Amino acid sequence: MLFTSYEFIGFLIIVFAIYYLIPKKAQWPFLLVASYTFYLLADPRYLIFIAITSLTTFYAAKLISDKKEAFDVWFKEHKKEYEKEERKALKAKEHSLEKKIFLACLLFNLGILAVTKYTNFTIANVNSLLSAFGRADGISFVNLIIPMGISFYTFQSMGYLIDVYNGKHKAQDNLFKFALFVSFFPQLVQGPISRYHELSETLFAEHKFDWKTVSFGLERILWGFFKKLVIADRILVAVKAIIGEPDTYNGFYAFAGAMFYALELYADFTGGIDITIGVAETMGIKVTENFIRPYFSKNIKEYWNRWHITMGTWFTDYIFYPISASQFMMKLSKKSRARLGNNLGKRVPVYLSSFIVWFTTGIWHGASWNFIVWGLGNFVVIMISQELEPFYRWFHSKVHVAGTFGWRLFQVIRTVLIMSSLRMFDCYRDVPLTFKMFGSIFTKSGLSQLNLESFMEMGLTNYDYAVVFVGMVVLVVVSLIQRSGSVRGKIATLAAPVRFIIWYGLFMATIIFGAYGIGYSASQFIYNQF
Amino acid sequence: MFKKIIAGIIIVAISVAGLGLVTKLLEPKYMSGILEGAMIKEYYDDPTEHDVVFIGDCELYENISPVYLWENYGINSYIRGSAQQLIWQSYYLAEETIKREHPDMIVFNVLSMKYNEPQNEAYNRMTLDGMKWSKSKVDSIKASMTDEENMVEYAFPLLRYHSRWNDLNEDDFKYLFHRDKVSFNGYYMRVDAKAAEDVPEGKPLVDYQFGDNAYYYLQKLKDLCKENDVELVLVKAPSLYPYWYDEWDKQMVDFADDNNLTYINFLDLQDEIGLDWAEDTYDGGLHLNLSGAEKLSKYFGNILSEDFKVPDRRGEKDLENYWKTVENRYDAEIARQQGNLEKYGSVHSPDEK
Repeated sequence: MLFTSYEFIGFLIIVFAIYYLIPKKAQWPFLLVASYTFYLLADPRYLIFIAITSLTTFYAAKLISDKKEAFDVWFKEHKKEYEKEERKALKAKEHSLEKKIFLACLLFNLGILAVTKYTNFTIANVNSLLSAFGRADGISFVNLIIPMGISFYTFQSMGYLIDVYNGKHKAQDNLFKFALFVSFFPQLVQGPISRYHELSETLFAEHKFDWKTVSFGLERILWGFFKKLVIADRILVAVKAIIGEPDTYNGFYAFAGAMFYALELYADFTGGIDITIGVAETMGIKVTENFIRPYFSKNIKEYWNRWHITMGTWFTDYIFYPISASQFMMKLSKKSRARLGNNLGKRVPVYLSSFIVWFTTGIWHGASWNFIVWGLGNFVVIMISQELEPFYRWFHSKVHVAGTFGWRLFQVIRTVLIMSSLRMFDCYRDVPLTFKMFGSIFTKSGLSQLNLESFMEMGLTNYDYAVVFVGMVVLVVVSLIQRSGSVRGKIATLAAPVRFIIWYGLFMATIIFGAYGIGYSASQFIYNQF
Repeated sequence: MFKKIIAGIIIVAISVAGLGLVTKLLEPKYMSGILEGAMIKEYYDDPTEHDVVFIGDCELYENISPVYLWENYGINSYIRGSAQQLIWQSYYLAEETIKREHPDMIVFNVLSMKYNEPQNEAYNRMTLDGMKWSKSKVDSIKASMTDEENMVEYAFPLLRYHSRWNDLNEDDFKYLFHRDKVSFNGYYMRVDAKAAEDVPEGKPLVDYQFGDNAYYYLQKLKDLCKENDVELVLVKAPSLYPYWYDEWDKQMVDFADDNNLTYINFLDLQDEIGLDWAEDTYDGGLHLNLSGAEKLSKYFGNILSEDFKVPDRRGEKDLENYWKTVENRYDAEIARQQGNLEKYGSVHSPDEK
């Protein structure tokens, strides 16, 4: 059930009506039923996977939490009976058991993710290796189902497990509440990857109908639909044409394709998240923000702090920091400092941890080499940028442009261009082809190649481009206004007729200019595929 | 509180009116070019009770002239037809017609028996959009929808036609709140002629058997007419193409025999009708022109009057008044098309699409 389908809108209306009609105590159990129904309608087989992840994570976390609690109580009472070394040994023993439970659950669930998502990728690579050694008979591919949103709900569940294991918070006592945390339908298919301590604050609470909250939620949903239907799905046609015919559309067109894709991905992904957050908001539930105007970022590091924030922080908190602080890295740090000197040596463990994070980020996005190279491309750019820090400092000491509007604009454009170039791996989904197309931007672009009529042969008319352009201007204006606070909040202070014109105008614009229905193929949200 | 209620009512009213206006603007008007999409809706403007209602596809609405039947036999008839009208659509139109006015006879053209599945969204729309909302319409939509279609888009046509914003033309504004009549009690007129030459023979088919679904609706149509005491007559128009196979014809003959119905295949009666394929078709044998349609109407009118005793209602004041207006339009259209033919060599003037 796509967010932009009539079925989803019908489903939402029913859920919303029941949610506020039933006793408030029954609201969260009803949401669990609704979430499982949503998943069931996608494919009943998916339910088995999400149920297994919910059950194993719930019981593992509960076991760890209960043991921790019981041990802490016991230890408080008896610690005076033991010497320091004995106390240490007791703690280590207790921790060892918790660690076993934790690792078993973690590996089991990541194993499900790995098997369902990466088996055929592994087989393909093994076959390539075998073929390189002259073995023509490769391993047959397997036909496995990939449950919808498995990357998102597995990461969300494992984040919870790690937090419980690290004692950040206690485990949830109620299996059904936990099941809702894992399966909450608005964020099930494309995130955000919520943290338990944040989402649980409002997810299980009782909510009475509040017009302001509901209307703010509806406004956010509408904004999401506008971005997805008016901008993303319309420019998608040109993106597909450019990607689909690399022999025709190279050089300047490859550059245009990368820019179109930047717009499409932003409108698609942030539009989907707007719908997610808006749907939750109509029911009084607060879901974490996932974007803070990422295309206004002045460098790649900042960009990743503003784009798909919940994924970035997940990788930072649950992969980068644990790896950086691991005993192995400590030893490596010591050795590298001894051999390479303090300056260079201290970077080795940081870069290795970053490398692992970006490799994992890449493969999380998709089981193919283009995503891995994309991830590592980000790693390389960030590392180069860090290495060039002394040069930047030198440059700014000589040329006093820092802080000027022109320089900030240059930084923003540079970041957009770098990220769009990297995303070409995502566009073409083929590493050699991506390099070829990227190269063609510099070798084949020229004014002689530029033919505006070619853009009309990509399946869009000049009216379509006009709609996309106006949509993009609206996006930029909204983002600029947003820098000084909530746009919805600001609109809410305007006179009622102005408010009505704005929201009704947006609604009509979405209905009329949206690329949906017959003549447009239903386009899945890009991040649904993860 | 009172102010808030008033404000709420105003907001809802403006919103609904805005949506309604935009829907009206964006929905296709079918006032030039493809006129067939406007024909189903015109039926509701005819206030009279019909004795005969023809239900079917282009083989009826281009081949029978109700004006001729009225003028020469006093038969008050209407053609409820649209392009590629599938049998289930004809069935639900018949159901709706019987509920509305209870005619003495329904004449159904059997060409659509060859379709067993929903076919084409654009044709569906031309038939279904014009129907007034009723259970018959809902059922007809359900039976007709292709995989790409959705009931929601029938209920809210703006969701279907929103993408016409970049295709709006003068007609969309001119016909925002009204439509001109395009048919003459359902008849689509053409006065030009294009001789039928080299009409292709039908290619052999793997299976000549009509589908279960088509039979299901034919049976339903028969039952509907029987339950409501309406005479059902099956006909096959004399169009040369699409090809009508003997195997198909036999199935219709058998069905009619088994169910005690009249089935007339006009293809076998071309000489009796007096059809001349050099003069009586405007598109090489697919459809009859005015001359051909009036010949067929004359022949069929005789059958309806003499064999089925359809009453001659000339002299009824209301009917006379109604038909006078249709006849005037009919004559004017003949003159217009003939004038264009003389001037431009086509029934369409250069400014028509």
